[in-house]
Amino acid sequence: MRYMPHTAEERAEMLDKIGVSSVDDLFVDIPQEARLTALLDLPAHAPEMDVDAQIQAYGAQNLAPSEAPSFLGAGAYRHHVPSIVDHLIQRSEFLTAYTPYQPEISQGTLQALFEFQSQVALVTGMDVANASMYDGATACAEAVLMACRVTRRKKAILSANLHPHYRGVTETAVQFTNFSVEANAPSVSGAEDLSAELGKDIACVVVQNPDFFGRLQDLSDLADKCHEVGALLVVVVTEVVSLGVITSPGEMGADIVVGEGQSIGVPLSFGGPYVGLFATRQKYVRQMPGRLCGETVDQDGTRGFVLTLSTREQHIRREKATSNICTNAGLCSLAFSIHMSLLGEAGFAKLAQLNHGEAVAAADKINAIDGIDVLNDTFFNEFTVRLPVPAAQAVEQMAQMGILGGVPVSRLLPGQPDFENLLLVTVTETNSDADVDRLVAALKEITSA
Amino acid sequence: MLNNVGRPTRPGAAGGDTPSGDTFTGNKALNLETPLIFEQGVKGRIGVDMHEPKQVKSCLGGLERKQEIGLPDLSEPQVMRHYVRLSRQNYSIDAGFYPLGSCTMKHNPRINEKAARVKGLGDIHPMQPQSSVQGALALIDDLAHWLKTITGMPAIAMSPAAGAHGELCGVMAIRAAHDAKGENRTRILVPESAHGTNPATAALCGYKVDPVPAREDGRMDMAAFKAKLGPDVAGVMLTNPNTCGLFERDVKEIADLIHSVGGYFYCDGANLNAILGRTRPGDLGVDAMHINLHKTFSTPHGGGGPGSGPVVLSDALAAFAPVPYVVKTDNVYSLQENVEGDSAKSFGRMKTFHGQMGMFIRALAYMLSHGSDGLRQIAEDAVLNANYIRVGLNDLLNAPFDGVCMHEALFDDSTLKDTGVTTLDIAKAMIDEGYHPMTMYFPLVVHGAMLIEPTESETKETLDMFIGSMRYLIEKAQTSNDTDFFAQAPRYAPRRRLDETAAARSPVLRWSRPDA
Repeated sequence: MRYMPHTAEERAEMLDKIGVSSVDDLFVDIPQEARLTALLDLPAHAPEMDVDAQIQAYGAQNLAPSEAPSFLGAGAYRHHVPSIVDHLIQRSEFLTAYTPYQPEISQGTLQALFEFQSQVALVTGMDVANASMYDGATACAEAVLMACRVTRRKKAILSANLHPHYRGVTETAVQFTNFSVEANAPSVSGAEDLSAELGKDIACVVVQNPDFFGRLQDLSDLADKCHEVGALLVVVVTEVVSLGVITSPGEMGADIVVGEGQSIGVPLSFGGPYVGLFATRQKYVRQMPGRLCGETVDQDGTRGFVLTLSTREQHIRREKATSNICTNAGLCSLAFSIHMSLLGEAGFAKLAQLNHGEAVAAADKINAIDGIDVLNDTFFNEFTVRLPVPAAQAVEQMAQMGILGGVPVSRLLPGQPDFENLLLVTVTETNSDADVDRLVAALKEITSA
Repeated sequence: MLNNVGRPTRPGAAGGDTPSGDTFTGNKALNLETPLIFEQGVKGRIGVDMHEPKQVKSCLGGLERKQEIGLPDLSEPQVMRHYVRLSRQNYSIDAGFYPLGSCTMKHNPRINEKAARVKGLGDIHPMQPQSSVQGALALIDDLAHWLKTITGMPAIAMSPAAGAHGELCGVMAIRAAHDAKGENRTRILVPESAHGTNPATAALCGYKVDPVPAREDGRMDMAAFKAKLGPDVAGVMLTNPNTCGLFERDVKEIADLIHSVGGYFYCDGANLNAILGRTRPGDLGVDAMHINLHKTFSTPHGGGGPGSGPVVLSDALAAFAPVPYVVKTDNVYSLQENVEGDSAKSFGRMKTFHGQMGMFIRALAYMLSHGSDGLRQIAEDAVLNANYIRVGLNDLLNAPFDGVCMHEALFDDSTLKDTGVTTLDIAKAMIDEGYHPMTMYFPLVVHGAMLIEPTESETKETLDMFIGSMRYLIEKAQTSNDTDFFAQAPRYAPRRRLDETAAARSPVLRWSRPDA
């Protein structure tokens, strides 16, 4: 087998050195009745050529967004990733290193993490960020747990239009703790008065911006009202590109910002691996979950980087740790950081403007179709459309035409008649005018039938 | 030495006889330094060319960003050079031996990387209509079949993102099962040798962690375990093979005992590599076990993730598995995404989407490459290599537990006593010898632990050279009084020992503008 070097002679020689007569003697601690004698009922080993063909065959059965105009969003966004990003993250030294436990020979990973933390802190408008979480939803759950620890309160309020999967993951995470979450029913109009629900028992309010339906809101007043009662404002960002043109959550007064970083540098890959962003105020840093990289000096006084504040973490604190997280999204955070370095201040803003421009132009064209309404007054690159037919059905029909026309709201919020005809449409820099025209034509065909 | 604007602090000034500071640039030939990305930008540069944005009426509702973010502007070649230089300051399994115990640093085949980028897999959206992703759902289902067959377990939850996330999945299923029976159990038994994630996970599920000590032979103390059993025990979290690199011989009795009090058996599967094709957790009485695809099945560690931690489940726990999961009916695949109908008992959702698809593809490619024969050979060679290291060192270093080991060899620091040299010093000296050190000071039940996991990827020549290097250093520590040799290590790494105390005392966790 190509991945294992020993010859039969070498194995025999090594067994002899160990002082046993067969490899079976090394497995004597396994109870006799549980030892496998026959091979598992699985195929035998295969040449690389065959493995390649088998994997290609799985891919060939799927409709790839690179071959079909795609307007999908709802928490994962298709953007152009410069070729250099994938090249760099496949450098052996990044790809095949472990968590940087030995800083003297891990400065590459560590400095990149320090730069990642700095970039995330800057774009969210916060003081500090960690070295990443698994994804946006798990970051959101960790934010609620952290807010409860910081405030020593037990209840969190989730905004009505938080992404339903973020709500689900957060509810799952707190269900067996002493903490609880309450959430308002989702509403496409976005009408809810979160400040009325605030009280001295509330640890935090969690609001997504832009929200699940794409709407933008100024959260400054809500931040003030949270702070008046000693609660934290947690802001969720599922489309991080929006921060290139929108006032940052930090400027609006957020105490914790969490988000999905996939849009920058990370391929769609059917939902994972992605990269959770987590940023907060300096004063809460010791309550943060996850790895943190910090600057220091070596014995010679040369600047270097180390994992730090590990007394928060499970390998030191065990059951008293701030989180059980160990492995995070290292390589995805590197991809994020490389892509963000390429964009820079000017490029990040331009990418966001480009997305907004394409989305506004597309929304105008879609809104002009008879019987179809764009419901948003405000949006970044994703908006909600009301169709005269069930959106799930429309999406299937469009897929048959080779168009990935959007995400039906009913897929994430099932069983609610109000949402049945609603379609989430995302337009990014990857969509050409011709793509939009094909979408418009398809929507006309479906709705006039 | 670089100052905070990335220039030499003292041009040309050699700092005495210290290894750094003796060139103008701070570089040393192929050892190239790079300032922070923030210290390299110049306004007006850009690394990505884009179309011009359309001129439209803004729909941002007056929320336009007014302040500058503060990101640096660089060209593509600058970014290339920065990250290539950074990469060269990392040790990696591709470059050398990485015997980090408990981490299974094996060869990462590149066909797996190619596979993850196949059109129709790497580029598909999680919310595409399910009819347009039948191949992706089939791949997940096929990987699930391999994992269930390898472990002899009837059910699997694919969505957990890493080992610790998998632990959370398994213990939540245990908690949900007890809750469904109306039972309020409060304690979970965890051996003292467990990974820190085990107690941290149990606490997140509302359980009090009750530690069980280790016995003289490195296994869980059965007498202590039995004494702690009771109707308030929700389960036991046992790593097997355990963190001392030993198989828990009493595993079946442990399973029977925990089941006899109505509890469940969680197995930490971090060390699955040692038993592939030799035994199946399903035959050992396990109720839930996570599988680290990034250890056993070679998906790259990436400097700290992403991982993937599917959890196999017994029939007793299967109904409580998280959503989403793949269902196959009449050769059509679908995703059960919400808690309703058949999934009514599910404890909920753990992740934004369906799981770490990129890792699933890589792991399946790895399994297809190995097949049933190769998987068994992995375990045999991994265990062979660990025992070869054990016998190669155990006349010089003390192995705290007698007998054969599984996939990793454990030593304590007793033979370093009175030498003035510590486990940490040996590890740092191994860096100068060109190795990534073994795991140090873990498991906690052994003083000054050195945990060495060679994996099946390594040649006999590599193992012999490693054994020779360790012997050289241990003998030097024992026979010479040159503690400074060790205290000064590493000498040849991109950095010498870093001041971790200072880093934690006044944390600097991000770049700030020098004038801020």
